[in-house]
Amino acid sequence: MDVFLIQLLNGLDKGGAYALIALGLTLAFGTLGIVNFAHGALFMLGAFCAVTVQEILTISKKVKDESITFFDAYKEQPYLEIWWGDTGTAIIDYAVPISIIFVIPVMLLIGIGLERGLIKHFYKRTHAEQILVTFGLAIVLQEIIRAFFGANPMPTPAPDIVSGTAAVGSLLGLSETLVYPWWRLIYLGFASIVIFGVFAFLKFTTFGMVVRAGMADRETVGLLGIDVERKFTIVFGLAAVVAGMAGAMYAPILPPDYHMGMDFLVLSFVVVVVGGMGSLGGAVTAGFVLGIIQSFASMTEFKAIFPGIDQIVIYLVAVIVLLVRPRGLMGREGVMED
Amino acid sequence: MKKLTLKNNWLVMLIFSTVVLTAPIWLSPLGANYPDLLQKFAIFGIFAIGFNILFGLTGYLSFGHATFLGIGSYSAVWCFKLFSMNVLPGIIIGTLIAGLFALIIGYVSLRRSGIYFSILTLAFAQMFYSLAYSVLTPITNGETGLQLSNEDPRYIDALFGVAVEPGLPSTNLFGQIMSGYPGFYFCAILLIIGFYISLKIFRSPFGLKLRAIKSNQTRMRYTGFNPRPYLLTAFIISGMYAGLAGSLMAVTDPLAGAERMQWTASGEVVLMTILGGSGTLLGPLFGVVMIKYFENIFSAMNPSTLSEFFNFLPEFLQQVMVSITQHFVGQGWHLTLGALFMLVVIFLPGGVMEGVTLVNKYIRLKLGLVNTASKTKQDPVRKNLVDPIAQPLTEQTNDSQKEEVK
Repeated sequence: MDVFLIQLLNGLDKGGAYALIALGLTLAFGTLGIVNFAHGALFMLGAFCAVTVQEILTISKKVKDESITFFDAYKEQPYLEIWWGDTGTAIIDYAVPISIIFVIPVMLLIGIGLERGLIKHFYKRTHAEQILVTFGLAIVLQEIIRAFFGANPMPTPAPDIVSGTAAVGSLLGLSETLVYPWWRLIYLGFASIVIFGVFAFLKFTTFGMVVRAGMADRETVGLLGIDVERKFTIVFGLAAVVAGMAGAMYAPILPPDYHMGMDFLVLSFVVVVVGGMGSLGGAVTAGFVLGIIQSFASMTEFKAIFPGIDQIVIYLVAVIVLLVRPRGLMGREGVMED
Repeated sequence: MKKLTLKNNWLVMLIFSTVVLTAPIWLSPLGANYPDLLQKFAIFGIFAIGFNILFGLTGYLSFGHATFLGIGSYSAVWCFKLFSMNVLPGIIIGTLIAGLFALIIGYVSLRRSGIYFSILTLAFAQMFYSLAYSVLTPITNGETGLQLSNEDPRYIDALFGVAVEPGLPSTNLFGQIMSGYPGFYFCAILLIIGFYISLKIFRSPFGLKLRAIKSNQTRMRYTGFNPRPYLLTAFIISGMYAGLAGSLMAVTDPLAGAERMQWTASGEVVLMTILGGSGTLLGPLFGVVMIKYFENIFSAMNPSTLSEFFNFLPEFLQQVMVSITQHFVGQGWHLTLGALFMLVVIFLPGGVMEGVTLVNKYIRLKLGLVNTASKTKQDPVRKNLVDPIAQPLTEQTNDSQKEEVK
C-alpha cells in the first residue's frame, strides 16, 4: 500500500510538470495553430528567471569574517543581509517563491514579443516550417542562456521550511515510514492551481469565451468584428507564462541547466499528441496519466518482467495510442487530421 | 551541342565526381583539406542525401533519422569484432540492418502523416536511445561506447590467417588501411555512388510519385496509386543511406556511442538539408559542407584570433566588434548555427539553392540574357526553375495549405 501511494504521488508529481508544459503547448497549438518546438526553451527560461532572481538577491560584498581571529579572513555577505539583517536572510531564503512574481511579467513580455516578432509570420506556412523555425529559436535561446550562465546546473534551493519531507503517512493515518518531499507536494498543488486557473479563465471570462470561439472557428469570429489576432497574441503570452511558471517552480527539484528545455520538449510533445492536438483537457489528462504510468513502470516488480520498461514506456504508450486512436485520447474532430 | 545539358545524367556525374575527388586540392586554399574534415563532409553528405530522399521528395519530416545512423555504426563495429576488419562486410551489414529497422519503424510510423509522423519517429528514436543506454548495454556497451578489443574473435580473419599484430587492429580494405586520405577516397566513392542513386531516383517515375505524395496525396489516390508502398520504400532507402553513413563513421573511427542517436543529432541532419535546400539534389551537400566547414572554423576561434581579424579597424571599434562577435564563435558556434538556420527558414525556405536560383535569375534579367521572344514562350529561365537540380521548395505547398485553411 505504501509503495503504491508513493508511486502514485511520484506519478502525480511528474504528471503535474508534464501537464503544465503540455497545457501551454496546446494553448498555442489550439488557438494559433502553431507547432511550437521552442516551448521547452520557454520552460527553461522560466527556470532561469528563478536563478536570476536568486543571483540578484544574493549580490554580495566582501566583508571581514569575525569568527576567524588569527588571520584576516574575508567572506561574501549579501547586501540584503547587511542592510536588513535577519529579514534579508529570510528574503534570500524565499528566492524561488519570489521569483514567481517576476516570472509572470517577464514571460508575458517574452511571449508577446515572440508572437509579434516571429510566430505571427508563420501562421500561413506549413507545419514543417513552423517546427523548423521554432527549433532554430530553441537552439538560439538555449545558447544565449549558456553564454550567460555557463553549462553547469545552477542549484536553486527551495525555502528552508519546506526543504525537508512531509510525513504524509501519519497525516493520512497510514504507516509512519511514508514520507514525501514538501516541495514536490507544493509543486503538485501549484500545478493544479495553475491548471484550474487557466481553465476557469477560458471558461468564465469574456476573453476566454472569445478564445474558445476562435479555437473552434477562427474565420467566423473574425467576421463578427473581433480582432482575433490580438487575442491570440495574448494567448501566446499566456502559454509562455504557464511554461515559465512551471519552469521556475521546477528549479528546486532539478537544478536548471541550459538544455533542460530540450529534454522536456520531446516528452511534452508526446504528452500533447497522446492527449489529442488542440484539446486542453486531453493534454492535462494525458500529462497525469503518463506521469503515473511512468512512475509505476519504474517499480522493480515491472522492471523484473520487462527490463528497461521505465525508460521507454511513455513512448510505447504514445506509439500505441497514435496507432489505435489517431486523434489522441480527446482530440477534436477536424484539428490536424491527415 | 544542345544535348549536353545538365539533364544528361552522365555529364552531371562526371562533373560531380571530378569535384568530389579533387576536393583535397581545391579545398586547400580554404584550409579544409585535412582528411578528418573531408571524411566528415563525405559521410554527412551521404546522410543528408538520404534524408533528402525522404523529406525533400515526400515532405515527411522525420525527427528520428539518427537512430539509423547509430544502428549502422553499432552493426559495423560488431561486424569488425566478430568477422573481419575488412570494411566491405561491415558497411554492407550496417546498411542492411539499418534498412531492416527502417522497414519496421517506417511501417508503423507511416500510418500517420504530418506532425504525427514527426512525433512517432521522434518517439522511436528516443526509445532506441534510452534502450541503448540501459537494457541493451551488452550490445551497445552503454556510455563507454562499443570499442574494438584484442580478444575479439574475428572469425573470417582467423579463417584466412590474417596476421595478428600487437595493438588494436585498424579497419582496412584488402590490406589498405582506412584512415587519412584512403579513408576519405573510400567515403567519397560511396558518396558518388549514393549521389548517382539519388539522381536516378529524382529523375525517375518513382521520384515523380514521391513528389506527388508531397503535393497532394488525395489526387494521387484518385489517379490510382497507393502512396503507402512508395513512402515506405523511400523511408527504407533513406534509412539505408543513414545506416551507410553510420557504418562509414565506424570505418573511419571504429567506435560507436549512443550519443550518435540522440534526437538533436537527427535535428542536425534536418538543419543541414534545409540550409542547403531540401528537395534539390545538390542542396543537402551544400548544407553539409557549409555547416561542417564553419563549425570547424568558428569553433576554433577565440577572442585573440578575432582581434587579429578586426585589426584593420580603429582600436575602439576593434574592441567593440570583438566583444560582440566573441559570443558567436568558439563555444557559441551553435548560437550562430541556430540564428543562421532561423534566417534561412524565415527568408529563404528553399535554402541556399533557392538563393542561387534567385541570383541566377536576377543576373540573367540584368544582363538582358532573357530576350523577349523566349520570354513569351517562358523558356530558358522557367525551364531552369523546374529542372530537378534546382527546383525550389515553394511551389508545392499551395495545395496542402489551401486544404489546411479549410
